[in-house]
Order: sequence, then C-alpha cells, then structure tokens
Amino acid sequence: MKKIPCRKSFTETLLDLAKKDEKIIALASDSRGSVTLNEYADTLPDQFVECGIAEQNEVGIAAGLAEMGFKPFVCAPACFLSTRSLEQVKVDVAYSNTNVKIIGISGGVSYGALGMSHHSLQDIAVMRAIPGITILLPADEYQTREMTKELANFDGPVYVRMGRGAVDNVYSDDFAPFEIGRANVLTQGNDIAIVATGETVPQAFNASKILSKEGINARVLDFHTIKPFDKEAILKAADECGAILTVEEHSKFGGLGEAVAHLLIENNPVPMKIIGFADEALVSGNSSELFEYYGLDSHSIACAAKELLRK
Amino acid sequence: MNTIKELEIKAVEIRKIMLQMIHDAGAGHTGGSLSSVDILVSLFYNKMKHDANNPNWDERDRFLLSKGHSVEGYYSVLADSGYFPKEDLSTFSKFKSELIGHPNKNVPGVEMNTGSLGHGLPIGVGMALGAKKLGNPCTIYVLMGDGELAEGSIWEAAMAASNYKLDNLIAIIDRNGLQISGCTEDVMSLENLKEKWAAFGWDTVEVDGNNMQSLIEGLDIAKKRKGKPQMIIAKTIKGKGVSFMENVPTWHHGVPSKEELEQALKELDNSLKELM
Ligand SMILES: Cc1ncc(C[n+]2csc(CCOP(=O)(O)OP(=O)(O)O)c2C)c(N)n1
Ligand SMILES: [Mg+2]
Repeated sequence: MKKIPCRKSFTETLLDLAKKDEKIIALASDSRGSVTLNEYADTLPDQFVECGIAEQNEVGIAAGLAEMGFKPFVCAPACFLSTRSLEQVKVDVAYSNTNVKIIGISGGVSYGALGMSHHSLQDIAVMRAIPGITILLPADEYQTREMTKELANFDGPVYVRMGRGAVDNVYSDDFAPFEIGRANVLTQGNDIAIVATGETVPQAFNASKILSKEGINARVLDFHTIKPFDKEAILKAADECGAILTVEEHSKFGGLGEAVAHLLIENNPVPMKIIGFADEALVSGNSSELFEYYGLDSHSIACAAKELLRK
Repeated sequence: MNTIKELEIKAVEIRKIMLQMIHDAGAGHTGGSLSSVDILVSLFYNKMKHDANNPNWDERDRFLLSKGHSVEGYYSVLADSGYFPKEDLSTFSKFKSELIGHPNKNVPGVEMNTGSLGHGLPIGVGMALGAKKLGNPCTIYVLMGDGELAEGSIWEAAMAASNYKLDNLIAIIDRNGLQISGCTEDVMSLENLKEKWAAFGWDTVEVDGNNMQSLIEGLDIAKKRKGKPQMIIAKTIKGKGVSFMENVPTWHHGVPSKEELEQALKELDNSLKELM
C-alpha cells in the first residue's frame, strides 16, 4: 500500500471528523497547500479560516474562536508556529488555557536545504518549558490518524509536530495504539533502550532490526507524547535495560534527550546518550542527507547503541 | 550599466541563469523570482552604490531581500555582478553548498539571512536609523512580497520608519497579486494598498515593476524625495518572462522539467533577439 505523509493522514482524518462536528475549525496562514488542507477548505468552507501570511494573528484568532466554543486547529509550518507565534502560544493558548490545537507541519528538517529559517529544531524545547501544553509527535500515518481522533475530543492546548514526507510505517491499519502520555513499547528487549519520538521512531525501529542481527536486543520506545512525560516507561527501561539512547529530530538541547536525562539523574543515572542535531546552523542538504550527516539514520543509531554498550 | 536597453538585456540573461539553476537543483521559487528580476537588475546594475570587490565597503547601499524565497534571482545577480563565481550557482540547494535555499550571509554580497517573511522591513528601519546616526550617506533598499504584507511586523516597522522620518529607506513591494494559495485579494486582501502606506506616513509611487524605464523613474523619484520613508509599489507579473509560468499560482515553487526549461530558454532567447 502507498505510504502517505503524516500531515496528509492528519488532514484526511480531520476532514472526516469536521464533517460530523461543526465546531471544528481549521486555520491556515497561506499554508493550506503545504498542510494538504485544500480538500478540507473546498469541502467545508465555513469551517476554514484563512489568515494570510500572519502566524501570530492566526494563533490569536484561534484563541478567540476557542473562547467562543469552537475547536480550532491552527495549521502551518512548525518553524513559524513554534517561534514566530510563540508569544501567542504562551499567553493566548497556554496561559489562558484555550482549547487550541497548534499543528506544526513539515517540522524538524523536513524543509532541508531551505535553511535554518525553515527548520524547527527548537520547538520541543520551547513548548516543554511552557506550562499547560500537551506535546505530541506521531510516528507514522496510522498513529497520526488515531492521534487526530483523540485530539477532537481532547479539551486543552496541544502542540503537534509532523514531518513533510512519508515515513516507513511502524504501525498498521488495525494496530496503532495511541494514548496521550503513555509511550508505546515497539520491540521487547533488555540489552539497551532506544527512546525515540516522531518520525525518528521508524529510524529507531529499523536500528533495532540491525542490532538484533548482531544479537543485541533493543527495546524501542515510541515517545509520541513528550508532555505529559511517561516517567514510568523510562524508569522501567533504565531498570531493565541499563542503558538508554534517545533519538529526536531536534536540537540536542532541550528536547526528549534532556527530559530523559533529567529524570534519570534524579532517579537512576544509567549510561545514556542523546542523538539529535548539533548546536549549529545545519549544512545545506535534504532531510535524508541531514539525517545521515548528523547521525539520525538507522545505521548511525545502531552504531551509537553499540558504542554506548561498550562503555 | 546605464542604458535601459542594456538593463533589459541583463534582466533576460538573469532569468535564463536563474531557471537553469532551479532546474539543476530540482527546487526553487520560480514565480516570485521571475517577477522580481527587473527590480533586482534596476537596483544592482544601475541605482545602487555597491562594489563586488569590496563587499564590506562602509558606504555601500544596503539591499535586503525580505521575500527571501526569491533567492534564485538574487544569487544569480550577485554571481553575475562578481560577488562569487558563477559556477557556484550549480551547487544551489545541494548537499553542503553555501548556496542554501534562502539568502545567507555566508554568500558574499548577502547582507542578512532571510527566509521567514516579514523580517526585512524592521531590519531596514534599524539600518536606516543607524545610517542616520552615523551620518553614513547610504540608502537602504528592502524588497518585499505582497502576500508578505499580512505579517504584522511590517506594519510595526512602517510606523517606526515614518516616526523616525527615514527618507534613506526605500521599500519596494513586488505587487504580483499572487501568493501560494492564490490571489492576494482572495487570501487576505491588501487594497487599497497605496492609501494604507500613505496613511502610515510614507511617500508612495506606483511603477510597472517589469518595465525598466518605469522602475528607474520610480527609484529616481523616491531617491529625491525628502522627509519620509519611500514606498515603491511595483506592479509585476508572477512568472514574468516565460509565457506558461505567468500568473499561474502553482509556479510559486514549481520546478521546470527538462522540456519546460528548454521551452522557457527558447522564449527568453527570442526576447533577447528582439532586444538586440
Ligand atoms: C513567516 C513566514 N510564513 C510563511 C512562509 C512560507 N512562504 C514562503 S513564500 C510564501 C508566499 C509569499 O507570497 P508573496 O509575499 O506574495 O511572494 P511572491 O508572490 O513574490 O513570491 C509563503 C507563505 C515564510 N517563508 N515565512
Ligand atoms: Mg506575491
């Protein structure tokens, strides 16, 4: 079956839900094409608000709509929503506790060679530090579908980040568990735990296959929810595996890795390593070139796991 | 470069270089680059004081590409002006190239990193204010898209520019009437644009942004006026110069196939013949 990008899975599901729930409103900032909202906008024009290239305004308008009883989904590139609109997210959404879903698409390095203005490698860090926002990064199209259904009934501020291209599926049409705040265990293993989030989950999953050929049984945890943080899953993994490798399409600073490190240092400081992007304006390249260059592809993850085990 | 004809020829040549570059990279923002080429040429080959051999010359005029996605025309002009070798253009958007998909200061001639819309005018205000404080006679040019004008930061800068009477600031709007999702007037209407800028305390002049004569005249008027920041509304055609790209929204980031490139280059060669 043909793989579809998470953003497409999101918009298809949202359209289905919105047909049955007129309170759902999608907002765009000249982003309907990049989000894949064209069909939604044509089908439900009354449940679509175009804001033009004005991401701050877009989030503010969503907060106002939420206060009037709507369920707004703000859809735009993650880079702009998580930095340009950050004050609106902090004050109008999180602080005022409005029922706004901030949907960041083409996140991480999806936009590759377009450069740092278009990368969102700080979003987890900033959102984590704002009280009151749930942070979700679905792993594949099936999980995105389940997540979207859950979001329609979830009351409160949420930040979601998805990528641009299609990724390898780790779930299937009839198996894509998604419970906010509860990590999924993808592979059972006790040699090392690989904790990944979003679209690095398929990479981590593939890394575990490479490792198993060499007799190393890795436990892969899909951390689709960064906040609230599933402490139990991490502490259990630390206890049973004794070493933890984290993987995220994000700066090494302030993301999933540091959240795990924080928890371990206060409870059970097992050896760990954080895989993420270096603290620099990245070199030019498409997303797979960047994944390889900065060590986020499945082979690099497998190598890092072995190195961590040698320590 | 002085004559209108020379500038017109240059603009066609730049279009050719630029389209080749986008085709080679398999990526780029074609429509808005084509609409703004004439503006870039009028500035870099005629109106602006600048020196490719001395890119950090203190009194150079500054140019900010606020609509940073139109980088292909900009890189082509910089390379052609001698800021860096033209051969480098073939590395555009490739792995480890300095020529990333939005303007970057690592590239000689580029003043600021742009790409997120709505940043150029505030920076331009800062530069113009700084130049005044220093008695630096340079002029600051900022090129913006029309869709870009929905960003609030532009209007904050608009207010600041007139507050500080920045007559050394000349902003230009590439008024091609289109943005990614379609017509600006359908997506987020801008009209009456001239009156809006006037109300914010700017002098305005409307020009045909794909007509060299009109552009040069407009820039001359803006340069002479004193006491207020200057806005040039340059009416353009998105995709200008290639028949099948003109006014077609999807060419915003469309990439020409081999056949489309050949067709486009043929049309541009014909334009050159007509000019010569
Ligand atoms: C802050 C921000 N939001 C969104 C984008 C994505 N984007 C790139 S170009 C573009 C449309 C620009 O339209 P316009 O300003 O009219 O430019 P032009 O027609 O000259 O290409 C958009 C929305 C961006 N680069 N920056
Ligand atoms: Mg435009």
